[in-house]
Amino acid sequence: MTVTTIGELPRQGEGDSYLTDGTTLGSWLLTHDHKRIAILYCLSITVFFFIGGAGAALIRLNLMTPQGTLFDAETYNRLFTLHGVVMVWLFLVPSIPTTFGNFLIPLMLGAKDLAFPRLNLLSWYLFATSGLIVLGGLIGGSVDTGWTFYEPLSSGYASGALVVVLFGIFVNGFSSILTGLNFVVSIHRLRAPGLTWYRLPIFCWSTYATSVILMLATPVLAVTLLLVIAEHLWGVGVFDPTHGGDPVLFQHMFWFYSHPAVYIMILPGMGVISEIIPAFARKTIFGYHFIAWSSIAIAVVGFFVWGHHMFVAGESIYSALVFSFLSFIVAVPSAIKVFNWLATLHKGSISFEAPMLYALGFILLFTIGGLTGLLLATLAFDVDVHDTYFVIAHFHYIMVGGMVSAYFAALHFWWPKVTGRLYPESWARFAAILIFFGFNLTFFPQFILGYLGMPRRYHAYPPEFQVWNVLSSAGASILAAAYLLPLFYLTWSLLRGERAPGNPWGATGLEWQTASPPPTDNFARTPVITRPPYDYPEPAA
Amino acid sequence: MSGGVPFLPESASTIAGEFNILFAGLLAITGAVLGLVFLLLFRFCAHYRRGNDAADRGHWGRKSWRWEVGWTTASFVVFLGLYAWGADLYLREHRWPSNATDIYVVGKQWMWKVEHPDGQREINALHVALNRPVRLVMTSQDVIHSFFVPAFRLKQDVVPGRYVSLWFDPTRIGDYHLYCAQFCGTDHAAMGGMVSVLSDADYQKWLAANATGGTLAAQGGVLYRKLGCAGCHETGATVHAPKLAGLYGSAVTLRNGSTALADEGFIRSAILQPAQNVPTGYAPIMPSFVGQLNEEQVMSLVAYIKSLGAKPAAGSPSR
Amino acid sequence: MSVPVLEKQFVDLAHQSETAELGIWGFIATEVLFLGGLFAAYSVYRYLHPAGVAAAAAHTKIVIGSVNTAILLTSSFIMSWASLAASGGESRLAGRLMWIAAALGLTFIGLKGIEYAQEIGENLWPGAGFSLDTAEPKVGEVFYFLYWVMTGIHAAHLLVGVAALAIIGRRANSGAYSRAYHSPVRVVSLYWHFVDVVWIFLFVLIYLPGRSL
Ligand code: HEA
Ligand code: HEA
Ligand code: HEC
Ligand code: CUA
Ligand SMILES: [Cu+2]
Repeated sequence: MTVTTIGELPRQGEGDSYLTDGTTLGSWLLTHDHKRIAILYCLSITVFFFIGGAGAALIRLNLMTPQGTLFDAETYNRLFTLHGVVMVWLFLVPSIPTTFGNFLIPLMLGAKDLAFPRLNLLSWYLFATSGLIVLGGLIGGSVDTGWTFYEPLSSGYASGALVVVLFGIFVNGFSSILTGLNFVVSIHRLRAPGLTWYRLPIFCWSTYATSVILMLATPVLAVTLLLVIAEHLWGVGVFDPTHGGDPVLFQHMFWFYSHPAVYIMILPGMGVISEIIPAFARKTIFGYHFIAWSSIAIAVVGFFVWGHHMFVAGESIYSALVFSFLSFIVAVPSAIKVFNWLATLHKGSISFEAPMLYALGFILLFTIGGLTGLLLATLAFDVDVHDTYFVIAHFHYIMVGGMVSAYFAALHFWWPKVTGRLYPESWARFAAILIFFGFNLTFFPQFILGYLGMPRRYHAYPPEFQVWNVLSSAGASILAAAYLLPLFYLTWSLLRGERAPGNPWGATGLEWQTASPPPTDNFARTPVITRPPYDYPEPAA
Repeated sequence: MSGGVPFLPESASTIAGEFNILFAGLLAITGAVLGLVFLLLFRFCAHYRRGNDAADRGHWGRKSWRWEVGWTTASFVVFLGLYAWGADLYLREHRWPSNATDIYVVGKQWMWKVEHPDGQREINALHVALNRPVRLVMTSQDVIHSFFVPAFRLKQDVVPGRYVSLWFDPTRIGDYHLYCAQFCGTDHAAMGGMVSVLSDADYQKWLAANATGGTLAAQGGVLYRKLGCAGCHETGATVHAPKLAGLYGSAVTLRNGSTALADEGFIRSAILQPAQNVPTGYAPIMPSFVGQLNEEQVMSLVAYIKSLGAKPAAGSPSR
Repeated sequence: MSVPVLEKQFVDLAHQSETAELGIWGFIATEVLFLGGLFAAYSVYRYLHPAGVAAAAAHTKIVIGSVNTAILLTSSFIMSWASLAASGGESRLAGRLMWIAAALGLTFIGLKGIEYAQEIGENLWPGAGFSLDTAEPKVGEVFYFLYWVMTGIHAAHLLVGVAALAIIGRRANSGAYSRAYHSPVRVVSLYWHFVDVVWIFLFVLIYLPGRSL
């Protein structure tokens, strides 16, 4: 086998990439190429994002007035159920892993594909099918349980369409599990010669941590949903209090998945940020080992904090004390990351293209979301603000301000690599800044609302809360417009954008050492890695 | 609270006072950390922007472990402090004073039904007296609800199939929002009302104006005889069944060897799932009354049995 | 005889085989969590209602259950033998043995079907017609709810295993595997053992409580 070191790879000519390797529909729908599968995912989750976003837009419209005149209670309840379910399972959980994970992991490993390409395609089919099933149930039926499906509301009191939705999420779970499995095995087995664990980019570490959670938490959700489905069909089950069952057991099982799942929804974003900050600060990442291992720590400890969603649900005081404590412990690795990112900026040579703007926005918004997470983990504080808009604001700061920003950061950062085109920089900067402001205007008032005591999942509310709600809705309309912008200028770039060179950012990652867009087999020759990642030259003093 | 834009919620309980201090503390600490992060971020971005040749970029920090250990420990210590503070108040939120009046609350889709010990009933409203601690004994007839009074900074999920309690000591006269905070179906947003804190005199007036036939315990007593409980549990019964006087608050040794505290929850399940709570020395012959009683009736029975003599279980959480 | 295909992302066949095995171990890990959730739900319920669960469990069919346990243990043994045969290069022998193991699996399913039929006849199917003559029939109903879900999930896994054994067994019969390349046999074998181990747990949890009292 011939090998070369990175940097010496031959360029291939235009029209010789994975994008041009087959142009029929079948060549896309039956592809085993991880890069094409990534594109399939990207298209599907974009659709789901806008469906979930439309739900959010209608929610915010309704909340403009205290009486919630736009919709009746049931319709409103269906809307936030749709919004939550679609955003979590059809958009945010798959977001970065299935698109950029799929596209980049083999490139970053110096491999020709993932370990199980057919399984990868199967995952996409499972995902797409699950999306259709879930949406069918949500839109066709009357499902109004919220994304948490608490028992006994979700069995004895819910419509039959819920079974369809739950089944869809069940199928979705298999897609998650298989995707996670594929990444874990690939990272273990497919690293190029010389690519030791500590030479892996941080994105691989965080995808690895995410994948472990996908593999070990998702099955518990699957079986929990299965029990609810069975309970629906038989009219009796383990969660049924009239039969001596325990509805709180459902919450334990649900959060045993869903808390780790929130880390599924942030770790990949943290990985992206750890790639972008060094690239735009022209500096080696600070504390590589700490950032790498903190992802693993989050994944592991994250399995033991689920009870912090149940401080007032009737779990014992003793468990509340333990879960609160562990929630603080799990925040430590996140703190480590934030401080290391800041230290990476120190003495950097920083430029502010759109990916960097999103990344900086991520740090600010994630920190706000994370710190309010700490407040929620503080027992007595949570007793007051649990199930209020404070919680809504907390998680939107992390999931929208953090993870969606990271997704957009990734989209812009790797856009030239994926499409072979450059995007229009000033439009992108403008959109990034607009998103940042729209976002804060939407969700900061919700902290105040929550602290004032406005409960969540309310389709109408006392009039004194109106001012903050109107502000929030105003922010949401800015946000909606800002999210639509990339749709336009990126489509434009796809058709008219300037051709991108292999490494437009001058970044060090292995994925930048091949052509843009890469050839089907990724590298002309298997690269041999001889250097640590983020190997930017240090300027003389 | 009409007019003006509200920034802070009203405070009307002893807990709310302590909570406000906790909140101020949390705000100060997290605010400081946030300020630090923002400051460093903006400072570095401004100073080390590409093109600023005045910045000294040499000698990157490479020996990172001192820093790592430093900020990890610092964060951890702050976290411990927050944890302890929140946990301490939480514990006190769950330890009610022994002079608290027990008021019974049943949540159902979509209303709160309240029963006072003297028999007054109200729906989606709760009247209490200033500076007189109250303990709510709550359950749900259908799905999970959550009793939430922001002005008291208190909230408790109300779970079907078990009793939960929530106590407070009102410190300000006025009307405060009562919400259902746990999503419970279509009219979840409408499941609420007002908690009215009255002066002692007004409270007495209110009690008198809303007096009903008998106290809650008396209603339970009627039921007790009607359902035939008396036939087994009274002296002179032919069945060998435990006497219930003095049961409440005592420790019961069960047949399987464990001991249980006879609180409201215990009495409830003794009535509904007797097979699970058989005391030593008795045959498991008591019939289950599950399906024959609604939660309000069970509560009146519980109140009746409590009225037969009690060792008040002060300060012991019932869950 | 089919020639093993080396996929492009692997260096050689050994690399490919080891990767496949790591894959099945990962998959088993997820299955452990899947069934672990189920066992946890069962254990919590049993902890809440020990007497009611024991009384209901006494109505399970211990004879069929025990025979089925023996059948699965035997099939696991035969599967190990098949795996050894394949790694020794005796592809055809491995194929035969896998078919025997699959047949034992089908026998298990058949017996399980008889058991299910009896139970339906005794009104142990949860829902309107459920009846059970114990002190806590409602607890019994939930026990049978769990019984059907747990054994049903196990049976579904077993059927997947039978299908996999049949397919891989067929390939083995046509001599597809050799000393150098037999990872499909190893992979199905790991899965098959896993399904058997799950049954042992089910047997202990579901059939024995009512009896050990
Ligand atoms: C991506 C998603 C995500 C992430 C990453 C997190 C991260 C965290 N979350 Fe959040 N959370 C959600 C999504 C997420 N959460 C969702 C969706 C819900 C609601 C679900 C529902 O009910 O519908 C929720 C609800 C929720 C609750 C329950 C609230 C309630 O319902 O009453 C709690 C309580 O403890 C909590 C805590 C935390 C903590 C401690 C973290 C920590 O991991 C945060 C760690 C980060 C930091 C702390 C910031 C950076 C650190 C520093 C800058 C260090 C310095 C700090 C100091 C020295 C103070 N979250
Ligand atoms: C996981 C990701 C995620 C994302 C990205 C978002 C994004 C947004 N969310 Fe979401 N949200 C959740 C997850 C998410 N949310 C969850 C899990 C819940 C809990 C649900 C529950 O309680 O069960 C929730 C609940 C929730 C509520 C509380 C509802 C309630 O409790 O009553 C609100 C209210 O403001 C809200 C608002 C928003 C807004 C304004 C956005 C914006 O960021 C969205 C912006 C995007 C767009 C607006 C789309 C782009 C524009 C168009 C498509 C054009 C406009 C179209 C039309 C007007 C038809 N969300
Ligand atoms: C057939 C007789 C019988 C009837 C009717 C009956 N009980 Fe009982 N009860 C018993 C016996 C026997 C026990 C102890 C063994 C057991 O729990 O089954 C008992 C136990 C109890 C206990 C637990 C006492 C302890 O010390 O642990 C309570 C409380 C109780 N009963 C209340 C009631 C109420 C309220 C009713 C009516 C709604 C009622 N019982 C009807 C026979 C009866
Ligand atoms: Cu009752 Cu919400
Ligand atoms: Cu959580």
